[in-house]
Amino acid sequence: MKLNSNIPEGPIEQKWSRRKFELKLVNPANKKKFHILVVGTGLAGASAAASLAELGYNVSVFCYQDSPRRAHSIAAQGGINAAKNYQNDGDSVWRLFYDTVKGGDFRAREANVYRLAELSVNIIDQCVAQGVPFARDYGGYLANRSFGGAQVSRTFYARGQTGQQLLLGAYGALNRQIDRGKVRCYPRHEMLDLVVVDGRAKGIVARDLVSGRIRTFAGHAVVLATGGYGNVYYLSTNAMGSNCTAAWRSYKRGACFGNPCFTQIHPTCIPVSGHYQSKLTLMSESLRNDGRVWVPLKKGDTRPPHQIPEEERDYFLERKYPSFGNLVPRDVAARSIKEVCDEGRGVGHTGLAVYLDFAQAIQEQGREAIEQKYGNLFEMYEKITATDPYKEPMQIYPAVHYTMGGLWVDYNLMTTVEGLFALGECNFSDHGANRLGASALMQGLADGYFIIPYTIGGYLAQLGMKPVEENHPAFEDAKKSVEKQLEKLLSIRGEKPVDEIHRQLGKIMWDQVGMARSKEGLEKAIEEIQKLREEFWHNVRLPGQKDQLNLELEKAGRVADFLELGELIAIDALHREESCGGHFRVEHQTEEGEAKRNDEKFAYVAAWEYQGKDKKPKLHKEKLEFEYVELAQRSYK
Amino acid sequence: MKFTLKIWRQAGPQDLGKLETHSIDGISPHMSFLEMLDVLNERLIREGKEPVAFESDCREGICGACGLFINGRAHGPEEGITTCQLHMRSFKDGDVIYIEPWRAKAFPVIKDLIVDRSAFDRIMRSGGYISVNTGSAPEANSTPVPKEVAEEAFDAATCIGCGACVATCKNASAMLFVAAKVSHLALLPQGKVERKQRVARMLQTMDTEGFGACTNTGACEAECPKKISISHIARLNREHILSSLT
Repeated sequence: MKLNSNIPEGPIEQKWSRRKFELKLVNPANKKKFHILVVGTGLAGASAAASLAELGYNVSVFCYQDSPRRAHSIAAQGGINAAKNYQNDGDSVWRLFYDTVKGGDFRAREANVYRLAELSVNIIDQCVAQGVPFARDYGGYLANRSFGGAQVSRTFYARGQTGQQLLLGAYGALNRQIDRGKVRCYPRHEMLDLVVVDGRAKGIVARDLVSGRIRTFAGHAVVLATGGYGNVYYLSTNAMGSNCTAAWRSYKRGACFGNPCFTQIHPTCIPVSGHYQSKLTLMSESLRNDGRVWVPLKKGDTRPPHQIPEEERDYFLERKYPSFGNLVPRDVAARSIKEVCDEGRGVGHTGLAVYLDFAQAIQEQGREAIEQKYGNLFEMYEKITATDPYKEPMQIYPAVHYTMGGLWVDYNLMTTVEGLFALGECNFSDHGANRLGASALMQGLADGYFIIPYTIGGYLAQLGMKPVEENHPAFEDAKKSVEKQLEKLLSIRGEKPVDEIHRQLGKIMWDQVGMARSKEGLEKAIEEIQKLREEFWHNVRLPGQKDQLNLELEKAGRVADFLELGELIAIDALHREESCGGHFRVEHQTEEGEAKRNDEKFAYVAAWEYQGKDKKPKLHKEKLEFEYVELAQRSYK
Repeated sequence: MKFTLKIWRQAGPQDLGKLETHSIDGISPHMSFLEMLDVLNERLIREGKEPVAFESDCREGICGACGLFINGRAHGPEEGITTCQLHMRSFKDGDVIYIEPWRAKAFPVIKDLIVDRSAFDRIMRSGGYISVNTGSAPEANSTPVPKEVAEEAFDAATCIGCGACVATCKNASAMLFVAAKVSHLALLPQGKVERKQRVARMLQTMDTEGFGACTNTGACEAECPKKISISHIARLNREHILSSLT
């Protein structure tokens, strides 16, 4: 197999126009003869399903939640970037492109990122037309705020609920197509396998989570928009059900996995409070517009924050990075926080927290202004911690939030399995080794509204109009293998509940494959994960049957996949002998402790190909060329 | 902390349910309510018993998946939160806690504490959107929207579709849910084009799905985790009257 990124020729600003023209079209009358399966109903999935149905394709859409509206995009807080330059502050498509390539520490594909920046402006238009109630200024025009890694204000927002409002917009568009009969919606259905016929994706196997019935669905193409794999760490800001299963099982059917070790630890989350913790809650990056991050200068200073005078505080982000201050990118902020806590200057009862302080902002702008900007976030914080952030600084600590890695896709968003596309967080494409804040929503919607409707047409046009092949034996085979796995899981009848094993996996991942990674630690992690996987398959305890609603069985299938993916993440992290973005190898750092890239050896995408059970996956390299943004050491000083 | 839990158990939609009693100990006041149920479930699994089926996903109060009737109140004793945002510090040590599913004809029980809320999706499909195809949108700043109008639309748009309003209403009416969407879209210039059909169709679906009528008791507003005001129901009624005028 050879990777072909399929990037169009020509200057970067013409690539996407050129590709749109090159792609073959499907005649409007013929579109209804094609059936597309879309898995996932977050921003990418819902926008793709709606847009494809608008074009005339027949679409079936699947989600594990009880309603498409509950996909985890709903929880995105801060905002969505777009190069509108409404603030007249020097923004442009070029600047958003540049910031994203640099923010990603030069490990993203230039052509994809440029297209993303180009499409960003259309997204805002589309969402406003759908009735998304973005924040506005007194004149009635759209307002913006700043996010990390940028020196312009280009983030559009709807208080701290931007993801919710954008998703409800896409859900509305999807509902309109369901109402028209162009989309069939299968909620409470989980994809458990991909069906490949003669090297092309032709369908999926899904389990009806209420009846337990296993069904196959056939289509001319399959679109995965199933989100990221942050829950491999057990504790993350992801939803309880967020999982890697659809992507992972597609990997096992031939789709390469790109840069799995590029995971994002978000600097500002509410710290862990106890062993029973089931998930972590993010405090939006937008808070760093006005909040100042600090710890006491002295180690082990246990005085309450208001008793620590100004001169005995260390505003370490402002000190280390004067030009970006508190708004440095996420990877840089997270690592600095870890550093001060490792030095013993952390606060709170565990010492694993730093302050995010709004006292100065409240003094300068008044409580009301702060309330308007962040009201719901402050409330959320107070509900969880029972302390009032208007009076006492917030305590925050980094947590797993987003995964830049994902299924490898070419410029057309097609994976290495023909006819299988991956959108949004599910693919690896645009964020390199670190995603900038407010860019996930942008990417999900660009992929779904504006890219897949064109590129899938090109694929279908060359596929030709053949009926779907539901009777091909590959469907029955895939269905049987899914049933076999479920039966196996239920037959083990061991001692440990799924969650306990998942927590153990999370601890290995966080300790060894988290914010600081070393050769020794990664090797240890691989060994421990293999052992834990072995234990899982002999000692997991599941209640109930497979032909009924069985939440534990759902979890077990997902954890079985995390136990394999976790190893691949460690393998990828071990092979990448450099530090870049969210991937920090302690052996590779500058004297000041910043990430030290090795462009000569590692300016490539690592795409891993499955080779069979317990066999080492095969590495393919897609070399990254930087023609427009000069490779440089990132500096936010 | 220590609690006695009285939990609704029901094997399926056709089965009779009953309250089952469990006692639980060693609970931290900082635990969330759902984490307390996680602890109980892990114990039940270890004992070889069937865990309690309940729903949750984001566990930060925005996806709308969780929803339990706790001691006779939707989402429990605190105001303006979902079940997943409720913490055990809101209870007294030794309390008896009754945990039940949403109860409404339009929300049949699937299992234990899980109900089927797909009726909400069907209401939304009957016009709870603005008909604009991808690609046909005009430049975003071409239509200014007064800030206070955008803010009011936003307040309505924060509905998470959890169903607490229905569960708490003595008529099991979905008026607040429908009103939130109708009001959000009717306030914005983009949504005015279809306002008449929208309100008529959404209300019709609400009726055929088996939700009750609104008698203005205001319980929905009191229990809404997003504090959506019943003034939106007033706007819904105005929109409804408008839609019948030609």
